[in-house]
Amino acid sequence: MSLLARARPARLAALFPAPLPAHDLLRAPEIGSVMVQGRIGGTGAPFNLGEMTVTRCSLRIASGAVGHAYVQGRDRDHALRAALIDALMQTEAAEVLRVRCLAPLARDEAARRQVAAEKAAATKVEFFTMVRGEDR
Amino acid sequence: MYVAVKGGERAIDNAHALLAEARRGDPGVAELTVAQIRAQLHLAVTRVMAEGSLHDPDLAALAIKQARGDLIEAIFLIRAYRTTLPRLGASQPIDTAAMRLMRRISATFKDVPGGQMLGPTFDYTHRLLDFRLAADGPGAVPPSDTPRAMAAAGPVPHVAALLERDDLIEGAPRDDTPPPDLTRMPMELPATRALRLQALARGDEGFLLSLAYSTQRGYGRTHAFVGELRIGWVDVAMEIPELGLAVTIGEVEVTECETVNQFLGSRGAPPRFTRGYGLTFGQTERKAIAMSLVDRALRWKELGEDGTGAPAQDEEFVLMHADNVQATGFLEHIKLPHYVDFQSELELLRRLRAETAAEPEAAE
Repeated sequence: MSLLARARPARLAALFPAPLPAHDLLRAPEIGSVMVQGRIGGTGAPFNLGEMTVTRCSLRIASGAVGHAYVQGRDRDHALRAALIDALMQTEAAEVLRVRCLAPLARDEAARRQVAAEKAAATKVEFFTMVRGEDR
Repeated sequence: MYVAVKGGERAIDNAHALLAEARRGDPGVAELTVAQIRAQLHLAVTRVMAEGSLHDPDLAALAIKQARGDLIEAIFLIRAYRTTLPRLGASQPIDTAAMRLMRRISATFKDVPGGQMLGPTFDYTHRLLDFRLAADGPGAVPPSDTPRAMAAAGPVPHVAALLERDDLIEGAPRDDTPPPDLTRMPMELPATRALRLQALARGDEGFLLSLAYSTQRGYGRTHAFVGELRIGWVDVAMEIPELGLAVTIGEVEVTECETVNQFLGSRGAPPRFTRGYGLTFGQTERKAIAMSLVDRALRWKELGEDGTGAPAQDEEFVLMHADNVQATGFLEHIKLPHYVDFQSELELLRRLRAETAAEPEAAE
């Protein structure tokens, strides 16, 4: 579910293209906000940092399985697809979906993070303190 | 007082049409796309997200385009949009120790565990205009195949945690008191530190910068070192009501600054460093540093310091004037028609003058 929430909507649409499986919407995709909290000093009491946009969706597929999604951003199709996959993961389609959708999403994300981490690591700096003349 | 006026519809429509034309600018120059703003004016986008108090880079880029680059106007647009959204819930507090770092520096320890990474910084640039960026056409700027290096595995601990381990700095013990939310109820003074931090996190960067600078120059001196400044991405998890368990629902870019400030000790407690804290959306380090200095200055009472009457120590002054949407709303409203209001002042002035003109004769 978290992998689907963080997925790029276009990538998810490419991995799980239309036509989408039949479903009944229990809650049509709805755009809202979630208040993001931080902690004072990183570890102390929580405080409200600011909000982020989130879209949620709930639906039922033909098998009766119910799927939910809370995804970052304002893309209704993203939330719909994420909820559908959440429902289908409770059926025998799970293994196929894991290979076709979730594994590529996980690989994309891992690769994206790895590249960013390696580029940041190349800016690692060693500072030296110098002995000043008058201290000798 | 503002009294409503009516009329002028055609002029207003035409002014808005002129605004749209001015926004577009020279039609001979390609139109900016929202995607270009998002990708290439990232620091403007993150400032609008931080002060608009809504993490959504696409919306922030759209607001910047609509506002013709006026960032306070863009922040206003984001705040207005934000009020239309249903609140789906609150996240669990983000774990900044698990941040995926793009930048992490310490001004207090050169050999800090986990290392220092400069990231995409303006520091150590010469601040000379780069005319290669002004050259038109592809190939004018060399492609950015930036070097890579082996990345550290696993999370990088906070610098404050190292000092805390040796009891050299005040702790920030975990506490799960639900925080007050100034978007849901009016600000109450005196404010808790949690409420102050919310107000500072969405406060105007320029205002906080000046206040923080004033503390450095002696108005509420707190003698701050940047113990650590980190920028990167953190996961946001929320308890999903339908599932009854917490799930990651996204990731946000944040800047975190923790200052190490002069000591506090008492009979029975050895002296320890104190802390100021700044946390903001996006890559907004000037703001995060300023926020941590102002946070520390505002803690004078809690830490038993002397109130010197400095602006940065005055909670009401800081919190009631930090919001640039409130400030610009009140400031700019005075340019709107105040004819009735002004007419009454004009009449009062004329009467006073008539009375003073009549008085000397009466005295003689």
